[in-house]
Amino acid sequence: MGGVTKSGLEERKAQLCNLPQLGAWPRQKPPTADPPAKRHNAPMNPAALPPTVLAIFSAQGLRKHYGAATVVNDLSFHIAPGECLGVIGPNGAGKTTTIRMCLGLTVPDAGSVSYYPSGPHGPLLQMPQDALAIKARLGIVSQFDSLDPDFSCAENLLVFGRYFGLRDAVIRERIPRLLEFAALTHKADAKLSELSGGMKRRLSLARALVNDPQLLMLDEPTTGLDPQARHLMWERLQRLVQQGKSILLTTHFMDEAERLCNRLLVLDHGRKMTEGTPRELIAQNLEPDVVEVYGNGALALADSPLKALAARTEVSGETVFFYTQDAKRLLAALTDFPQLRTLHRPANLEDLFLKLTGRQIREDA
Amino acid sequence: MSAVPHTPTTGQALFRPPQIGLRWLPVFRRNLLVWRKLAIPSLVGNIAEPLITLVAFGYGLGALVGQVQLNGTAIPYILFLASGSVCMSAMNAASFEALYSAFSRMQVQRTWDGIMNAPVRLDDVVFAEMLWAAFKSLFTTTIILVVMLALGISHSPLLLLAWPLLGLVGITFSSIALIFNALARSYDFFTYYFTLFLTPTMFLSGVFFPRDQLPGVMRVISDWLPLTAAVELVRPLFLGQWPAQGLRHLALLVFYAVAGFWVALALTRKRFRN
Repeated sequence: MGGVTKSGLEERKAQLCNLPQLGAWPRQKPPTADPPAKRHNAPMNPAALPPTVLAIFSAQGLRKHYGAATVVNDLSFHIAPGECLGVIGPNGAGKTTTIRMCLGLTVPDAGSVSYYPSGPHGPLLQMPQDALAIKARLGIVSQFDSLDPDFSCAENLLVFGRYFGLRDAVIRERIPRLLEFAALTHKADAKLSELSGGMKRRLSLARALVNDPQLLMLDEPTTGLDPQARHLMWERLQRLVQQGKSILLTTHFMDEAERLCNRLLVLDHGRKMTEGTPRELIAQNLEPDVVEVYGNGALALADSPLKALAARTEVSGETVFFYTQDAKRLLAALTDFPQLRTLHRPANLEDLFLKLTGRQIREDA
Repeated sequence: MSAVPHTPTTGQALFRPPQIGLRWLPVFRRNLLVWRKLAIPSLVGNIAEPLITLVAFGYGLGALVGQVQLNGTAIPYILFLASGSVCMSAMNAASFEALYSAFSRMQVQRTWDGIMNAPVRLDDVVFAEMLWAAFKSLFTTTIILVVMLALGISHSPLLLLAWPLLGLVGITFSSIALIFNALARSYDFFTYYFTLFLTPTMFLSGVFFPRDQLPGVMRVISDWLPLTAAVELVRPLFLGQWPAQGLRHLALLVFYAVAGFWVALALTRKRFRN
């Protein structure tokens, strides 16, 4: 791992000097622009992509049901080296079950999970028979922290490193760099109870890096964090991708998915709804502009002649959403309704997500 | 992809043999590190209570009872009680650790989940917990033995043999307790185990009074209890004698340990299967 090897340290130090202040993170271009890994991945339609092409990890035909409920249904995907793959979907879509199957914690009813430790043409490791060999090469941050409350930050890292069969001397050498990466150097000897939620998540991330993994699996790594803590977490994850790590990430936050992920997989009812880069998905599925209208009498507009100016109209609560190729005419027409408030914005991932998975609150949400 | 489709292993037998590698050791060391931080307060709880029982019953009740007839020989009650209660302490310490503490790590703190994100099998974790509870139990009984030596209750050199036997007693009871750990939904469940199993066991196993006072059916049950086997093995050693039917009692303890661990592992696998 670039992050923990000696050469990586130099790189890290160089990066640290440029570290932005907390909360003053400049808005970044989504990393989808031209990630190194993508250069090898010529066609962008992953469905047409033979999965043997540059995968560090692949899941084929995963299926799982509990009783009558099918939680994951014929799901296939792969992760390319150096890529951040985002899995998004509403609660109960099957994200966590998918991750658990990838980790060998849940046994799939059908399908296979494979890991390629030395590239797609090298030997193949498979769940569940090679579970230990695969886990030795993985970094995992689960949805709920499982840090040891009785230990300090440094002890948490030491004890976790031992589970990988690492010698104490090796782990102790890595600890300062891992703490630095997690921005927890000053908390090395602090008890877990003294850490904030964001600090705990970063410690979980640092712990997942103790074995110098090539692939990270992160289940909702920023859920429950405040904006500052989320931005710091994002910055660290981006750094890991820059260092060449591959990441599988589940999230509920569309801005997080858009910012971090090279490729997205939209999951609902255990099925893959669509897959692609965030920008492609938006371009393929949505009109470029959205005009939100709300205020007294807004709902009546949904069935008014104004509808003709939009390609698609949606009502949610007290707001009407107009999806359109050309917002100019619509906005001009809306000036006739000065009492209404309008918001004109480009279509985003959240619109896509809601279009694909619906606006209804799920019963189990 | 060259992925060879594997046969789904949903039906993987729960009772397949334990697969234990070397990774139980870091799990054991994790518990040791936590305990080292909390050792002094837990020491008081583990050791004070059995010693208070010994002093109160031994010297208080012992003054009333005087001597107890054991296999035709009369021995002081304090010696009778000490040799039984050290076994009871081994049982209680191992059970407590393998129930309340193991459950905290398994369910409440999700420590086991974290560990299994690393290349450590569930079998290794359960094995480490079993040995850990036995270790803590042995630590408790070692100190009790030392105090008993200091009090001059027994100076038999055979006590050296009692020590590893008490280690085995710890293994047996931590294995059995892990069965109930695997079945528990909350801490409340353990109250049943303590009141419905361990407390009767205490009175049926000849810790406080000779077993020949038990009525017929109770006596038969008593013959097959693991704590009975432990007391029958350890008590003669306090008197400087070799246990009668030593192999039978040893075999019974080993049987409970192996069967208990096996069942505990199967039930824990079931708990973690999905």
